[in-house]
Amino acid sequence: MEISLIKNKASKQLLWIGIGSIVMFFAGLTSAYIVRKAEGNWLEFDMPLWFTISTICVIASSATLWFALQNIKENKSATIFLIATLAIGLTFTFSQVQGWDDLVAKGVYLTGEGSNPSGSFIYVISLAHLLHLIGGLIALTITTLKSKLNHYSKDNYLGIELISIYWHFIGLLWLYLFLFFSYS
Amino acid sequence: MSEHHKETFITKYIFSLDHKMIAKQFLITGMFMGVVGMTLSLLFRLQLSNPGESFAVLEFFLGEKWAPGGVLDPNMYLALVTMHGTILVFWVLTAGLTGTFANFLIPLQIGARDMASGFMNMLSYWFFFAATVVLLSSLYVETGPASAGWTIYPPLSALPQAIPGSGLGQDLWLIAMTLFVVSSLLGGLNYIVTILNLRTKGMTMMRLPLTIWALLIVAILGVLSFPVLLSCSLLLIFDRSFGTSFYLSDIIIGGEALHNTGGSPILFEHLFWFLGHPEVYIILLPALGIVSEVISVNSRKPIFGYKAMVGALLVIALLSFVVWGHHMFLTGMDPFLGSVFTFTTLLIAIPSAVKVFNYLATLWRANIRFTPAMLFAIGFVSTFITGGLTGIILGDSALDINVHDTYFVTGHFHIVMGVSAIYGMMAGVYHWFPKMYGRMMNKKLGYFHFWVTFISAYGVFFPMHFLGLAGLPRRYYTNSAFPMFDELTNINEIITFFAIIGGLVQLLFIFNFFYSIFKGTKATENPWKSNTLEWTTPVERIHGNWPGEIPTVERWAYDYSKPDADDDFIPQTVPLKKGEIEH
Repeated sequence: MEISLIKNKASKQLLWIGIGSIVMFFAGLTSAYIVRKAEGNWLEFDMPLWFTISTICVIASSATLWFALQNIKENKSATIFLIATLAIGLTFTFSQVQGWDDLVAKGVYLTGEGSNPSGSFIYVISLAHLLHLIGGLIALTITTLKSKLNHYSKDNYLGIELISIYWHFIGLLWLYLFLFFSYS
Repeated sequence: MSEHHKETFITKYIFSLDHKMIAKQFLITGMFMGVVGMTLSLLFRLQLSNPGESFAVLEFFLGEKWAPGGVLDPNMYLALVTMHGTILVFWVLTAGLTGTFANFLIPLQIGARDMASGFMNMLSYWFFFAATVVLLSSLYVETGPASAGWTIYPPLSALPQAIPGSGLGQDLWLIAMTLFVVSSLLGGLNYIVTILNLRTKGMTMMRLPLTIWALLIVAILGVLSFPVLLSCSLLLIFDRSFGTSFYLSDIIIGGEALHNTGGSPILFEHLFWFLGHPEVYIILLPALGIVSEVISVNSRKPIFGYKAMVGALLVIALLSFVVWGHHMFLTGMDPFLGSVFTFTTLLIAIPSAVKVFNYLATLWRANIRFTPAMLFAIGFVSTFITGGLTGIILGDSALDINVHDTYFVTGHFHIVMGVSAIYGMMAGVYHWFPKMYGRMMNKKLGYFHFWVTFISAYGVFFPMHFLGLAGLPRRYYTNSAFPMFDELTNINEIITFFAIIGGLVQLLFIFNFFYSIFKGTKATENPWKSNTLEWTTPVERIHGNWPGEIPTVERWAYDYSKPDADDDFIPQTVPLKKGEIEH
C-alpha cells in the first residue's frame, strides 16, 4: 500500500478510536445520571426551548458540512459550505449558553443552595459536550482556512473528511443527549 | 527516513521521537517512581509493625511536622498509603510497564520503522512526565498529599475541609491523574493504530507474538476505560471546587451543615470501579504477554495453545468490563445483583486457568534455560496461581463479606496484580535489556535478585491473608488499639522484616541495571536465540530500526525445536521449506 493511503487509513482509524473513547466518556456520565435518578430525590423539569434550537443547529450544520464534502468530491470549492457550518456551529454555542440562562431562570441551578444533581448533570454534561464541539469548531476553522487557500481538491480532501466524521459524531452525540434528557 | 538527520542531545535524549528512546524514558521514570512508591510503603510498614514507636528514619524522610519525635503522624500514614497505591498502580505498573514495552516492542516486533505518530508518542511521555512532577510536588505541600486512598472515595476526596490531605494535595492528585489519563489515551491510540496498520509484509494477526496481542488488547481496554475515570473525576472536581452535589448529601462537618443534597457516594464507586477493574487487567495483560514470550523462548518450545492464549486474553478483557460490582458487595447492593457479579467474576477463572495450564504445558518436559528473565516468568506463573485462588474467594459475594476490607484483600491483590506484574516487568527488562542497551545484565546478580525478591514477596504478602482471616481491617493507622489483634503483632513484624529485605534487594537490581548499561558484557544480535523480529536488528540500535529493507515475515513467532529443522529456533524471517507446514 502507498504511504499516503496508509496515512489516510490510519488517520481515520485514529479518529474512530478517539470517538470510541468519547463515547465511553459520555456513556459514563449518562449512566451515572440513570443510576443517580433511580435513587430518588430528583427534580423534574422541561428542557429549555433553546436546547431545541441547538438541536436544529446540529442537524443544519451536519447538512451544510455534507454539501461541503460533496462539493470537494466534485472538485468544486467547499469554502462557502464550511463557512456556513462554522456559523451554525457558533449559533449552537450561543444557544447552549442561552439554554443555561433559561435553566437558571427556571430555578434549576448548577451549584450551591437549592441545587440538585438532576440539574447539575444537565449543566456538566452539556458543558462537556460543548467543549468537544468547540474542539470541532477549532478544527473546522483550520479546515475552512485551508479550503480558502485552495488546499483541497478531489484527490486530496482528507481534512474535510475527518472533520465531517467528527462533526457528524458530535451532532449525533447532542441528539442522543437531548433525547436522553428529554425522555429518560 | 529520519536516520539521516543530525541529532542533538535534546532531540536524541529528551524530546526524542524514536520509540526506543521513549520506551527507555518510560522505563527509567517508572523505575524511579517504583523506588519512591516502595520507600513510602516501607515507611508506613514501620508504623504497622511497631505502632507508635519512634524511628529516626521516619523523621529523616518526613521531618518534624509529619513524624514528630520520629513517630508517624496518622494523617501522614493515610497519605503514604494513598501515594504508595497511586504510584504503584498508575505510575509504575501502567505507564512504567505498558509505556516501556509497548513503545519498545510494538515497532520492533511487528516490523515497523517507528510508531504511527512519533510526535503523539513523545507527547504521551511528556504528559506522563508532567503528571509525575505534579504528583511528586504534592508530597511537599503544607497540608500533605492526597489521603483518601488511591480509590479517592468521596466524601473524603470531595470536601477540601475533611482532612488535611483533602485539600491542595487532593487537587494536585486530580490534576496529575488528568494529565496521566491524557498520556495514556495518546499512547493507547498510537499503539492500536500502529499495530493495525504498520505490520510488515507477512505479519498477519495470527503470526503476531503474544506480547503484541497483549499490548493491543491493553491499549483497547485503556481507551475505553480511562475516559470513564475522567468522567468520574470530572464530577468529583465539580463537587470539590464548584459546589455541586453529585457525590455528596446531608453532610455535617465541624458542626456546620453543608448545603449539598441529593448526591450519592456509591455513584462514585460505580463509575470508579468501571475503570478500576479493567485497570487491573491493563496492569496484568502486558505481563501475561511478556511472560508468554519469555517462557516460550527459554523453554525452547512453541507456546502451548497459541490461539487459546489469544482467545483467553480477549475473554479476560471483555469480562473485565462486567465485574466491577465485586468491589462493592458491601455497599448495600441488591444480593441478586451481587450474585450476578459473582457469576461474571468467577467466569474470569476460566480464561485465567487456560493461560496457567498453557504455561505449565509449555514448561512441561522442556529444555529450560534458567535465565533471570525465565525465573521471573516462572515466578509470575507462581504468583498468578496463588493470587488467583484467593481471587475466587473474594469474587464470591457470600465469602467476600467475611474478609471484605481486611488484609486478606491487600494480600490478594498485591500477589496477583502487584507482584505478578512486577515479575512480568522484571522478566521483560532482563530479557530485552540486550536489545535496549546492546549489553548484557549481570546474571549472578540477577539470580540473587530473583530469589531474594521471590522469597521476600511471599514473606510479605502470604501472612497478610492470615491477618485478614483474623479480621484485621486494612488502611488502619494502628491495630494496637484493639486487644483482639494483639496476637497478630508478630505477623506484622515478620511482614515488615521481609518488606525491608525485599526493598533493599531492588537496589541491587538498579545497580545491575545502570552498571550494565555502561560496563556490561557486549551483547550479540540475538543472545537468546529468539525468533521474533526485534532480534534481527543491529546491536547499534539505529533510528528506523533496520538499516536496509524491513524484513518480511514468513512464519509465526514460535518455531522452537521444530522437528526436522537444523537449529532449535527458526526466526520469523526464514521462509518455509518446501513441504514444511506452518506450525
